[in-house]
Amino acid sequence: MKSLKKYSKPVILKNGIIYDPFKSKKYKSDILVNEGIIKEISDSIDNIDAMEIDCTNNIITSGFIDIHAHFREPGQENKETLKTGCLSALSGGFTDVCIMPNTSPPIDNPESVKFILDKSKDLPIRIYPIGAITKGQKGNELAEIYEMYKSGAIAISDDGLPVENGKMLRYAIEYCKMFDIPVINHAEDVCLRSNGLMNEGYTSTVLGLDGNPDISESTMIFRDLSIAEYTNGKIHIPHVSTAKSVEIIEEFKKKNVKVTAEVTPHHLFATDKILLDYNTNAKVAPPIRTQKDQAALIKGLKNGVIDCIATDHAPHAIENKECDFEQAHCGMIGLESAFSLSSEILLQNGFSIYDVIDRFTINPSKIMKIRKKGIQLEANADLCIINPKKEWLFSKDKIYSKSSNTPFLNKKMIGKIEMVLTKKHYFK
Amino acid sequence: MGLLSQKHFIGIEDYNAEDLQKIIDTGYIFREILERPIKKVPSLTGKNIVNLFFENSTRTKLSFELAEKRLSADITNFSASSSSLKKGESLKDTIQNICSMKMDAVVMRHPVPGSPIQLTQYVDSVVINAGDGKHGHPTQAMLDMMSLHEKFGYLKDLKIAIIGDILHSRVALSNIFGLVKMGAKVTLCGPPHLIPVQIEKLGVKINYKIDEVMEWADALNILRIQRERMGVGLIPSIREYRSTFGITEQRMKNHKKELVFLHPGPMNRGVEIDSIVADSDQAIILDQVLNGVAVRMSILYLLLGTASIEKE
Repeated sequence: MKSLKKYSKPVILKNGIIYDPFKSKKYKSDILVNEGIIKEISDSIDNIDAMEIDCTNNIITSGFIDIHAHFREPGQENKETLKTGCLSALSGGFTDVCIMPNTSPPIDNPESVKFILDKSKDLPIRIYPIGAITKGQKGNELAEIYEMYKSGAIAISDDGLPVENGKMLRYAIEYCKMFDIPVINHAEDVCLRSNGLMNEGYTSTVLGLDGNPDISESTMIFRDLSIAEYTNGKIHIPHVSTAKSVEIIEEFKKKNVKVTAEVTPHHLFATDKILLDYNTNAKVAPPIRTQKDQAALIKGLKNGVIDCIATDHAPHAIENKECDFEQAHCGMIGLESAFSLSSEILLQNGFSIYDVIDRFTINPSKIMKIRKKGIQLEANADLCIINPKKEWLFSKDKIYSKSSNTPFLNKKMIGKIEMVLTKKHYFK
Repeated sequence: MGLLSQKHFIGIEDYNAEDLQKIIDTGYIFREILERPIKKVPSLTGKNIVNLFFENSTRTKLSFELAEKRLSADITNFSASSSSLKKGESLKDTIQNICSMKMDAVVMRHPVPGSPIQLTQYVDSVVINAGDGKHGHPTQAMLDMMSLHEKFGYLKDLKIAIIGDILHSRVALSNIFGLVKMGAKVTLCGPPHLIPVQIEKLGVKINYKIDEVMEWADALNILRIQRERMGVGLIPSIREYRSTFGITEQRMKNHKKELVFLHPGPMNRGVEIDSIVADSDQAIILDQVLNGVAVRMSILYLLLGTASIEKE
């Protein structure tokens, strides 16, 4: 097991390849870090007093940013807490995480935003709360969005509950123009989804499971983007899952509508065939779709229609998954495996490892306006050290989340996060 | 391992044609036993079977119980109303409780597709699927195929039409898997929105015109129209359904006398099938019921039995 330690003396990262995604610069150098700050970058640093980490064959890059995770606190601390979520993030290379407001009670007021920030201020990663769009995520009345923004909310979203009322979404997008934060709407027409438990297609037919057609997502995305276009406001599309959605987003991006989009590692990596044995751990919302959709998502991520990768890390208790398929909750944990899963599939599809890193760093930082200096002197030493060739087994002891609901358990992974440095700590 | 290639009987799709034929052939032996004055054999003496019904069932449950009794197995029945499931009762807990009492086999009916597969992860017993939501009803498919085989003497190239609400029917899906595997030709006929997407990929044809289908087919398997599908916008009215897809007396008269009718029951007389049709010589609905017991005996015996049946 890796563990989190505070470093008492300077740390030298030796012989690594530095990749700074914020400047798109790649070079070989040593880095000296002290007190959470990058103090020296040069060809060869020797310091007897420092802790030396050999980074031969490893890439040293900026810590990853996840703009879509669920840490379940307050309310469902049996599944995850801010603290366990933080360890889960570190094990996956993340130093910055935006968390969704679907807690219990939901984060729909400034006090709740402050609660999250207070509780996480001493944690070794940076946590950014996302506030709810509407009071109680009910879709009826705008929440105190500006107050939440002033308290530190980085964006707003009703998370898994789509804002069904188009007028409400319009108000939210228009209102947020005042302080320029993105509105994130789970794009799904709930009537078209109906009782759908998985993607509607050949696989759902063979399994006898109710299908959720791809148009339940794409028609809603069309509506949401039309509202953003009409209001000249900003919208972010979470976990895009269908080829049709990619097509629509591309069309609106061409018209310069202010839209950004994310895709999850599991939608990139898997197809609906993953459900052939009714594995409830692969039950997610939106559902994992077909090979055609998968190919479109990969292509969309490559050509910039989809901006970044986000995990939708969704921890659930054992009993929420060890039940029949209908009762099983939607979601899987994602932080630990995000980079390895994504890089495995993306490297097979013409991405370089640096292209992959960009989708975990600079691209999400732009969406949420998380300012990062990158790898330079006096910048925060939020660093992630990757061994891109290393194979490892995603066994249970590699999970730091409080939950272990993932269909990728015991999968052989390629590309390993060796170490993370963040806020005077290292996780190794 | 029993006398089939699989340990469990969960989906017809898991089995090869040879196994399916073996189940039918063994079914005939039990069918003959069921016609004897003493209808019981000691094949499964000492075996414990639990019938676990998480959903209402009358005929399937009765048929399984009778099959188990005729094979001399010891049986335990458990019925949970679907309301207790909704209260959050864990399938795993219920099942592990029951199976800690050392059951050789679990016969399970459950409203959610895939539940029998999950069950195999929790218990060591042989699992037999007595219906899992819209997914499968493999013993029904076996009894339908046995009845067709009995009537025609073969299944290969036999022309079967399945009529009605295919989307919500586990009977249809299991029949399709089985019939296609046995080389029969299958056409589906029903309202387009009640036919599952991409089902043609399973090797079946779709024709919405009932009279054309009746002209083509050797046999019709007429599905029950569940009344809960009315009133939620899926079927406009009984009148419209009957006039579009109903196997009416008039339609029967318009087509060849050799056309055979099957129905998995319970029937809505006057909706999907007229009484005159159901009670006609062309209907083999009551043979299906008796074959149901025989084929379930066959499956239980082939999965759990060891001794040769002929010696008994």
